[in-house]
Amino acid sequence: MKAEYFGARTPSREENVLQGRLIVLEGPDCIGRSTHIRLLQDWLERLGYGVTTTTLCQSELAEDGLRRAKKGNQIRRRTLALFYATDLADRLERQILPALESGFVVLADRYVYTIFARYAVRGVDPEWLRKAYGFALIPHLTMCLHLDLDRLVERALMAEKMGYWECGMDLNLADNPYDSFIVYQKRMIRQFSKITKEFNLTKVSAQGSVRSVQTRLRKKVRALLDLKETELDFGEPEGPVIEGLD
Amino acid sequence: MAGLHEPHEHPGMLIVVEGIDGSGKSTQLDLVRSWLIQEGYNVFFTEWNSSKLVKRTTKLGKTKQILTPTTFSLIHCTDFSDRLEQSIVPYLQAGMVVLADRYVYTAFCRDVVRGVERQWVRDLYSFAVRPDIAFYFSVPLEVAMRRIFRGRPMLKYYEAGMDLNLSRDPAESFMRFQRRIIEEYERVVKEHDLVVVNGAHPIERQQRRIRRFVTEKLQEKKMSRGKKKK
Repeated sequence: MKAEYFGARTPSREENVLQGRLIVLEGPDCIGRSTHIRLLQDWLERLGYGVTTTTLCQSELAEDGLRRAKKGNQIRRRTLALFYATDLADRLERQILPALESGFVVLADRYVYTIFARYAVRGVDPEWLRKAYGFALIPHLTMCLHLDLDRLVERALMAEKMGYWECGMDLNLADNPYDSFIVYQKRMIRQFSKITKEFNLTKVSAQGSVRSVQTRLRKKVRALLDLKETELDFGEPEGPVIEGLD
Repeated sequence: MAGLHEPHEHPGMLIVVEGIDGSGKSTQLDLVRSWLIQEGYNVFFTEWNSSKLVKRTTKLGKTKQILTPTTFSLIHCTDFSDRLEQSIVPYLQAGMVVLADRYVYTAFCRDVVRGVERQWVRDLYSFAVRPDIAFYFSVPLEVAMRRIFRGRPMLKYYEAGMDLNLSRDPAESFMRFQRRIIEEYERVVKEHDLVVVNGAHPIERQQRRIRRFVTEKLQEKKMSRGKKKK
């Protein structure tokens, strides 16, 4: 499959044919992305695929700088959006593309869509942001998990994940984390739903048990990788799994 | 957001110098700075690639030589974005004169020579403020080279454009790299109406020409002097 980019191909790569596939899992905070990424990885590895995972703020180049930049109390929205672009470009050119060229499946926990949603909520010009991220490879499959707000709140509380950024505290939406979380995540959910339409992402419901959500995800991946029916095989999930709240 | 193609609406004034290394732009800007301070203006100076927020990351990328044309471009834009917000716009809002040694046009030339798309890098920097005056110091490559090699012992990897594989010899690579940058500058000068200064002329002559432009602009903008002792 020929590599396709949102904008112009990054000049460090040849016009490339990718043997592997880039699969992205998107969705709001606390929806269970990392659990499902791990389960997808286990499954694909059992089927014999080489799998590598990637997530925001994990590049050799920008991780440290980005973490420091996020700690400050300055409002630096556009600057942070650019710092995240640096982070993604570094991972794309030195991790994701090389892996895809050698036939790996790359599972990305979040991609450009999270950035688009986050900074749309924070008033950064969406058109500019899309152009700035034009160097990004278009994923072969992007699954966006969705859940109604009430259930998302339950999950966040049970997983003890109502942190500063998850609550959007930088936006001064409320004077306490809980209320802020509600207003912020409501906006994020709205953005994700707009973005899902704009980029024609695959919506997957995060309602139900981990196993049932994982089954939905595997069906989409199975179709992408052209696997047989039987290969959906769930087996026993390895490691501790956060139980669904249904 | 007025962007790069419309004048900004701040009371202050932004003066920018551009040109290859050794074109004499920093010397001239220094003279402008002392002159304006003497005239009683509040002056603030900022230079390319100097944001504290981004410094460590740029340094890491350069030391490990892991920068690609795209990450090189993005990290410099991150740096610029931070400085625009922290070191340029507030001073313009306060009615001061901001002097910038290199501006977005440096990226328009350097990054394009490294291989990124012209349009992409322009879109990337579209949030920038249009300078009130941008001077471009045009100088024959040989003159610039002589000035540089007089004062500098060793060329650094990215500075010499070694990442472009133009030559294994840093000096040769640097020459070729700068020659291409000059070509891009010529395009940018037309595109963005930069004021061309002949960087090979005597220092005083260049400075007279620059001051004429600056004086005119100061009057046009009715810039007030902050602390003139009369």
